[in-house]
Amino acid sequence: MTSTVLLVEGLKAGYGDRVVLRGVDLSVKRGEKVVIMGPSGSGKSTLLKCIVRLVEPWAGRIVLDGEEVTSNSVDLRKIRAKTGFVFQQYNLFPHMSVLRNLTLPLEVVKKLPKEEAERRALKLLRMLGLEEFADKYPLQLSGGQQQRVAIARALAMDPVLLLLDEPTSALDPELRYEVLETLFEIAKQGRSMLIVTHELDFAEAAADRLVLLDNGVVIEEGDPWEMIHNPRTERTKRFLVKIMRKSVSA
Amino acid sequence: MEWIFFIIGIIPDLVEGLLTTLEISVTSFVMGLALAIVLAPARVFAPKPVSFIARSYVELLRGTPLLVQLLLIYFGLPSVGIKLDAYTACVLAIGLNSAAYQAEILRGAMKSIPETQFLAAESLGMSTAQAYRYVVLPQALRVAIPALVNEFVTLIKESSLASVIGVVELTRRGEYLVAYTFRALEVYVAVALIYFVVCALASQATRILEKKLMIPGYERGVA
Repeated sequence: MTSTVLLVEGLKAGYGDRVVLRGVDLSVKRGEKVVIMGPSGSGKSTLLKCIVRLVEPWAGRIVLDGEEVTSNSVDLRKIRAKTGFVFQQYNLFPHMSVLRNLTLPLEVVKKLPKEEAERRALKLLRMLGLEEFADKYPLQLSGGQQQRVAIARALAMDPVLLLLDEPTSALDPELRYEVLETLFEIAKQGRSMLIVTHELDFAEAAADRLVLLDNGVVIEEGDPWEMIHNPRTERTKRFLVKIMRKSVSA
Repeated sequence: MEWIFFIIGIIPDLVEGLLTTLEISVTSFVMGLALAIVLAPARVFAPKPVSFIARSYVELLRGTPLLVQLLLIYFGLPSVGIKLDAYTACVLAIGLNSAAYQAEILRGAMKSIPETQFLAAESLGMSTAQAYRYVVLPQALRVAIPALVNEFVTLIKESSLASVIGVVELTRRGEYLVAYTFRALEVYVAVALIYFVVCALASQATRILEKKLMIPGYERGVA
C-alpha cells in the first residue's frame, strides 16, 4: 500500500472550446486533508470531477489508490466506488428515505446483503447524529441535514478518499455550522479528504495542506496557517482578503 | 320517459362489452408501458444505432393511423404465416402503438429529472442501467403519471377500433343492440355515457395516484 492515495500530474480539462484546467499537479497522502481554494471559475469543481472522471480529462495522469484513473482499461465503477463524492447541492435521491439513500449503493454497488447494508448505514447515521432522520425523506430535511446525509452516504462506501465539492456554500450561515462540525468530526478520524471550500476556519484548523488554484493551475500550496497568515504571492493575498470580506458579510 | 327505461334496460348488456374494453385497454397499456420503459432510455442513453432504432420505432408508430396498424396485424400478418385471433391482434396493435406514445411521455419525464441525480448515482459507482433503474425511472414515472393516465384514457376510447375486426367490446356490443332494437340514438348515447363515466373515473384516479406517490416533502418545494 503506497502512502500516496491520490496523484494528479499535468491535468488538463475543459468543456467544448473552454480550457478550465491548464496542467494541475496535486497529491494527497493517506490520511491527509487537503483543502482547495480559488476564485470561481478557477477549475476547483472540474478538478474534483476529473478525479472520478465525471468530467473527462483532456490530458495528464491521475492515480487513485494505485490505480490509473486515466487509463482506458480502468473500471470506472470500481474507481468511483472507492471514493466518496459530496456535491454542493447534496444530490440525495428525493424518492428514497434517508436510510435507503445510504443502503442502495451498498446493496447494488458493494453487493452487501440488505441486513448488513442497513446495519452499516444505521451505524453511520448514529455516528453523525442523524439516526432520527433514517425514515424521513430528503426534502423533509433542512439543507444542512441533507448535506450531512450526503456526507454519510459518501462515508458509507468506506472510501479511500473523500471528495467534497463546496459542501457548505449552498447553506445559510447557521446551517453551515452544523455541516462544518460534521466535517471536523470526520477530519479527526484520519480519513483522506480533498475538499473544495472557502471555509478558512476549517482550512486553518483541520487541513494539513492548502492548495490555491487560479485560472486552471496551482499557484500556491503549503501549510494552511502559514498561507492564510503569511501569503507568499500577491494573488493569494488578494484572494484571501476577498473571501475574508465575504465571510464577514455573511 | 320510456327512453330512460330503455337505456337502463340495456346497461347490463353494455357493461359486458365494457369489461372487454377495459381488459383490452389495461392489457395494451401495461404492454405499452413495459415497452416504453425500454424504449425511452434506449433513446436517451443507448449508443447511436440502438437509439436510432428506438427513435424510428416511435416515429413509425406515431406517424401511421392505429386503424391501419390494426388491419395490418390482423389481415396482413397471416400472409407471412402469423395468424392471430381478433382479440390478440387488437391488444398487440394498441399496445405497440401506445408504447410509442408512452416512450415519448417517459422520455420527456426523464429529461425533467436533474442531471445531477444521474451524476450522483454514477459518483457512487452505479452503472448507467442501475442509475436508470433505481434513480431516474422511479422519479420519471412519478412525473409522468398525469400524462400516462391521459394516454390510458385515450386508449380506452381507441379500443373501440377493435369493433372493426369483430371483437365484441363496448362499441361492438352497442352495434348489436342497434341491430336488434333499431334505436341507434338511445344505444349510442348510452355507449357514449359509459365511455364518459369510465374516462372521468380514470382521470379522477390520477389525482389519487399522484397524491399517493408524491415524494414526501415535495410540497415544500424541490431543494
